[in-house]
Amino acid sequence: MKIAVIKYNSGNVQSVLYALERLGADATLTDDPELIRTADKVIFPGQGEASTAMRYLKERKLDGLIKDLKQPFLGVCLGLQLLCEHSEENDTECLGIFPVKVKRFVPENSQEFKVPHVGWNELENLADNPLLKDLPANPFVYYVHSFYAELSEFTIAQTHYIHDFSGILHRDNYYAIQAHPEKSGLVGEKLLSNFLSI
Amino acid sequence: MLTKRIIPCLDIKEGRTVKGVNFVELRDAGDPVELAKIYSDEGADELVFLDITATVDKRKTLAELVTKVAKAINIPFTVGGGISTIEDVKVLLNAGADKISINSSAVKNPQIINDMAAEFGSQCIVVAIDTRNVDGIDFVHTHGGRKATLLKTQAWAQEVCDRGAGEILLTSMDHDGTKAGFSNELLAEISSALSIPVIASGGAGTMAHFKDVFTFGKADAALAASIFHFKEIGIPELKRYLVDEGVSIRS
Repeated sequence: MKIAVIKYNSGNVQSVLYALERLGADATLTDDPELIRTADKVIFPGQGEASTAMRYLKERKLDGLIKDLKQPFLGVCLGLQLLCEHSEENDTECLGIFPVKVKRFVPENSQEFKVPHVGWNELENLADNPLLKDLPANPFVYYVHSFYAELSEFTIAQTHYIHDFSGILHRDNYYAIQAHPEKSGLVGEKLLSNFLSI
Repeated sequence: MLTKRIIPCLDIKEGRTVKGVNFVELRDAGDPVELAKIYSDEGADELVFLDITATVDKRKTLAELVTKVAKAINIPFTVGGGISTIEDVKVLLNAGADKISINSSAVKNPQIINDMAAEFGSQCIVVAIDTRNVDGIDFVHTHGGRKATLLKTQAWAQEVCDRGAGEILLTSMDHDGTKAGFSNELLAEISSALSIPVIASGGAGTMAHFKDVFTFGKADAALAASIFHFKEIGIPELKRYLVDEGVSIRS
């Protein structure tokens, strides 16, 4: 199986590669359109800032390529946000796979709710979906983010922080997770191996 | 619900853990990767590696170690100790660290916090603050707590938050090593004032101390070293205790 991990100007993709390596999967970090188009699975990781990332994708014409892909595709963290319609982070138009808005967490009470949302939180209301197969009830995953995707008809798992938001989205061949499966212990490994089996 | 984090801290010198550990399961008590794996399997929520290697040359060993750890464990980890430049951070993040922690270098040149946050994002910049109470006032100390500064701890914590730090690791030198409990009053004051998470360090001796630091101390995470290394408290039993006490914990 050929797995392409999309290379762009985002931080910490190394952890995703190591996590795939632990699962015995052979992944290639690449921005070569041909390698991405012909891969069996595509992973779009990321940590960073939305407008800078979108500009980079456009310059290399990776934006159009991502929208045309047919194979199972997994966005992670910023990768999820970029698959949405629009992000409040520097008022950025994103790829629009999911007709969902990305907003900044605004705590009503900063004593109770800090931003970024950092740490282990639960995925709730899990849909019957191959990505979520054989997960325990309300599994914990590791989050680090200041922006979130709103709930939508494409939400297949939600998380509560200040309010409910989309923990995982799914539409056609596109899957996206806000948490970091590569850092989420056994639950994260299961999510990644489920994705590789889709 | 977002849970409180339990974070074992490993002191590293030239690629090996120091200060001693007492784990019967370990084949090699000095191997940080093996120890990290055990903590991760036991349910630690995160790990911190503090490098106390003095020479620049030997710090290359640190990047190699970070890669080994990143390959072996599936939970987040922070690396700190002697980090002062953007290049230092780049090397460690590229090697696989999730976050870096700066301390003395931030006091010496506070602008480095802004620069690092702009370059890598706030989420991976932890600012460690060592504090000591002098005649009723909390002052920031550097160089492992040995050197006093004129910075008041509360004001400095606010400043590093404003400059873009993602988290604060607050170590009370007055409590460190006493096993008499965390510095809950100061922690609560700082945690309440700031919009970013606070990791408490220094003073853990009993399981009740962890409950206190999460409730009275309003800490988002608690860090400890020797009580975990010497198995005085096991992470699974600590987590069971905290769950029973009604603290939000990943179990």
